[in-house]
Parts: sequence; structure tokens; C-alpha cells
Amino acid sequence: MNAITRISLLLLAGASLALSAAQLVLNGAGASFPAPVYQQWTNTYSESGRNVKVNYQSLGSGAGLNQIRSNTIDFAGTDNPLTAQEQQEQELVQFPMLTGGVVVIYNLPGVPDGALKLSGDTLAKIYLGEIRQWNDPALQALNPDVKLPNQKITVVRRADASGTSFIFTNYLSKVSQTWDEKIGAGSTVRWPVGLGGQKNPGVCNNVAKIQGSIGYTEYTYAIEAGLSMAKLQNAAGNFLTPCQETFSASAAGADWKNAPGLYMVLTNQPGENSWPITGVTYIVLRKDCPAGKKAALAQFFRWCFTEGSDAARKLHYVPIPESVVKLFADDLL
Amino acid sequence: MKRTDFLFRLLCLLCATLAAVILGALLFQMTAASLDAWKRFGVAFLFSSQWDPVAEEYGALVPLTGTLLTTGIALLLAVPPAFAAANFLLDAPKGIASILGNAIDLLAAIPSVIYGMWGLFVLAPFLQQHIQPFLADTLGLGRLSLFGAEYNGFGLLTAGLILALMILPFLCATMRDVLQMTPPVLREAAYGMGCTKREVTRDVVIPYGFRGLLGSIFIGLGRALGETMAVLFVIGNMMELPKGLFGSTTTIAATLANNFAEADRLQRGALFALGLTLLALSLLIQATVQWLLRPTAGKA
Repeated sequence: MNAITRISLLLLAGASLALSAAQLVLNGAGASFPAPVYQQWTNTYSESGRNVKVNYQSLGSGAGLNQIRSNTIDFAGTDNPLTAQEQQEQELVQFPMLTGGVVVIYNLPGVPDGALKLSGDTLAKIYLGEIRQWNDPALQALNPDVKLPNQKITVVRRADASGTSFIFTNYLSKVSQTWDEKIGAGSTVRWPVGLGGQKNPGVCNNVAKIQGSIGYTEYTYAIEAGLSMAKLQNAAGNFLTPCQETFSASAAGADWKNAPGLYMVLTNQPGENSWPITGVTYIVLRKDCPAGKKAALAQFFRWCFTEGSDAARKLHYVPIPESVVKLFADDLL
Repeated sequence: MKRTDFLFRLLCLLCATLAAVILGALLFQMTAASLDAWKRFGVAFLFSSQWDPVAEEYGALVPLTGTLLTTGIALLLAVPPAFAAANFLLDAPKGIASILGNAIDLLAAIPSVIYGMWGLFVLAPFLQQHIQPFLADTLGLGRLSLFGAEYNGFGLLTAGLILALMILPFLCATMRDVLQMTPPVLREAAYGMGCTKREVTRDVVIPYGFRGLLGSIFIGLGRALGETMAVLFVIGNMMELPKGLFGSTTTIAATLANNFAEADRLQRGALFALGLTLLALSLLIQATVQWLLRPTAGKA
């Protein structure tokens, strides 16, 4: 009995010694959309010999915000930005980290990748269930060179609540008054039509399997699934192909200086080359974060914006352009 | 010696009360977390089919109906074959009985997400391409509102089928154990009087094991009621009352799994209220079973 007590005491002392000598640990949680990049960043950074360990758990934006409010984590990731007023009330600050595009995917035999053109208005009508056939006159008018089949449109959307759906419905609200009045924008809404797919891979899987289907997903997933992506008409009237340049153009062209609390949804932005359904994902910090941690966090995020940006690009995400980072870096980092 | 005995008893007591304490804490926590939603919507929450996160209007009717319907379909599909299989195993030659019995027990141990994935990648496309066109178009059942003309492989029927498959081995295993408790003397006497296998089953085995059979059905029901992952993949996840057996809808457990990660404020409250409803439903069923079984217990 005595021997066991002595050994366990020794072990305990050893463990606490090890703890006190251990590096600083920064815990983050939240949005799943940027999680692949964040996980890569936290791994690389933690192994770079800086004596700081950063963790990121992909729980969902809502869960991340709940955790940072209850002070169980040091930073949260969210796709659904907080307004300036919310930040004020909850003693939080936020800044944009990455942008990514939401793309419209389809499965239509005879219509290859990029051959289909859509406008915001027709997209909204499809998701409202007003346009039900691929050879609808409105769709045919946008695509004079393509022979659209006489086939039913199967609408696919997210079954779970997600930041991707927020970006998508926010865009539809901006381009269609009917959508804005009837449905609105949110991470989950009262979908008038559509088959629910589980997360991004679920939506891609449904679109890949069902002929005549249309869906929306993060750009990365569409590329990995090898699905056809539609060209979309942006606010300037141009039909664009989704790619990193057009996502980046959207972030650079936005009016960040007049965005209180850096609240910005990058949908339907002006600019010749701005992809219309671009999303931006945010990092949220507590105002009362202890100074030591604050400095370590600032150092980490500065590293992400500079050295980390290549890693993000490789994963098809676009870091916030330098011109925008300059606007808030001195205040927040 | 006495002291260690006392400590041992204390430890046992603690462990025994733990379940009750956890259930109590769970009820308290869920009530507290869902208070917002109950205050805002009251009992009408249970009867409203609205679920509009943008307008912050929530009601439990759709997921509640979906839960009850999928569970009902699953029981209808699973109980007869489970009973038949259990009945066969009762008198089967030893070797066959032990092989089949073990197979059934193993089937019961497959994680539900596997059933869900199989449903998504195999069962739903198969139903969509072969079974549903046959039922709806060839047999013309699509014209009946019970089935519905539109089908895509997902929906109530698919979810019910998956659930039935999941609870079948479980039902069969418990039913076999119940049937085995019928004293052999009773059955042998009946056979000796010239009863057929069917008559022995109907007049001796079922009445004797009635209480246990009902119990095992309700355990299966409890399992189907709260099943999340398998249903989530194939139910279609539409927040609307199903348009027939081929229609998509959602269940309480699927709604929770889909929305919890992103839920905030009132929606979070509404989700907790849904969870509480499911818990209350399970308790209600438990209480009903206990009440139903009481009179037959006296007879036996």
C-alpha cells in the first residue's frame, strides 16, 4: 500500500514538473470549412520549434462561438461573422482569415464542365422550385449555344446547418427579392425544394449520382469530386469561371474600410472579376485574453498570413490579400 | 474487515445510484437549456410544423411524426420475421442453431453508421432504380397517396427498411431467449397431444412468453426511436411532413445531429426542446410497457 502511494506521488510530481516546463498551448475550435488549412497550419507551426502548441478542433461555427463566449478556448473560427454590435456586447473581436468560393455543380450529360451559364436570378428560381426543367426558356436564353435537355431538375442542398449554406443563401437573398422575402439567409433555412446531402461530400455525392441534378459546394470539394461547375454572372454582368483568382478579386475589391467590426459577406461584390458567391471565414478572439497568450496568438496568425499562405493555396483556399491584412493587422495582431 | 465491507457496500450503492443521478441531471440540464424555446412557443411547440431558422419559428411536429413513422414501419417489417426466426432456432438442430444464433448476435454488433453508409451507397440507389419504379409505375401504387408518385431512393420507406434491418437481429436474439424459457414439458405435452408446430407456437409458446415478447419488441422500439446515423443518411432530411411512404422527412435524432454544431440562441433551445421531447417519449413508452405488463405478470 505504502509503496504504491509513494510511487504515485512521485509520478504526480513528475507530471506536474513536466507540465510547468511545457510549451504554451493555444486552443481553437469552430468552423469546419477552413479546418483542413487550420489543421495544416497548427501542425506545421507547433513543430517549428517555437515552444507553442496550437490546436484546432473542427466543431462547426456555432459551437466555436459558444465555446469562446464561455472562455473554454483561445480562438474560434466562424463562417458566419459577428456584427460590430455583437462583438461589442460579447467582448469579442474578429478578423478575416481565408476566402473560398462556393460553386454551383451540376450533372447533365452532354453539357461539360463550364458549358453551363447561370445568372443569380435563375439560380434563385431553381432553388425556389419555380424553374423545374433544364430546357426552361430562361435557362435556354442564357445558354444559346448549348442544347439543354428536356429533363427534370433535381435540386440538391445541404441537410446539415453550415457556413456554406449561409454564404449561398446570403447570395440568393441579394440577387432575388422573392428569395429574400420568402426564405432569407441562414446556416440552415426553410428550403422550398431539394434533396438534403450530408455535408459537402454528401452534396457532391448526390450530384454525381443523380442525372439532371444541381447543387452547391465549396470549390475544393467540387474539384476533388471532379464535378462540372457552372459559370455564374457576377454583379458587373460578366460570366465567370470559379477559380482562386476570381475569389481573391472578390476579397480585394470589397470595401473593407467602411465595414464596422470588419463584418463583411463577400457575396455579389462589385468588380469585373469578382466571383459572386465568395465566402470569408473569420477568427474570433476574446478582448480579455491574457497578454502572454495574446502575443502568441498574434505571432501565430501573422505567420499564417505570410508563411502559411502557400500551404493554404495548395489546398485551394485563398488567404486574405495583403492589402486587406494591412488594414487591421496593427490594431488586432 | 468490517470497514472494508462498509466501503464496498458504499461503492456499490454509488454505482447503483449513478444511473438515476445521470438521468436526473440530464433531464434538468435539457429542461434548463430548452427553457427559452418553451417560454417562447409553449406546448404549441409540439404541434407546429414550422421550422424556419431565419424567422426563428420552431415546432416539433415534423421530426416527431418522422420519428414515430420510421419506428412504426421498422417494427412492422422486423417483428414478424424476427419472431419466425426465433421460433425456428428454438427447435433447430443444435449445430444449425448455434451457427445461426451466433450470426444473429454478430449482426447485432455492427455499428449503426455502417448500416447508414450501406443504406446511402447501396440500398437507396437500388430502391431508386429497381424497387420504387416497379412499385410506383409498374404496379401503379404511385397513384395512391400512401406511397406518392415522386421517388428518389430516399425517404420514409428507406429509413424504415434500414431501421428494420438494424433491430431485426436484436429482436430475434431477445425473442429466442424468451422462447427458450418456455418449459420443454409444456411444449412436449402439446406435441404429444398431436398439436402441429403452428398450434404449439400459437397456443403454448406465445401465451407463455407473451410478456417477454412484448418486452423485447419495446426494447427494439426504443432502439429504433433514438437511432441517428443510419436514419440521417437515408431519410432525405426535409423539414416537412412526408408525402407518402416514398416522401422525405426528418426525425428528431437526425435534426439534432444535422443542426447542433451550428445552432445558436433560440435554435439551440429549440433543439434541446426536441431532445427533451424524445426523452419524454422514451420514458412514456417505458411507463406504458410497465403498465401493460403488470396484469399479465399476475397471470403467469
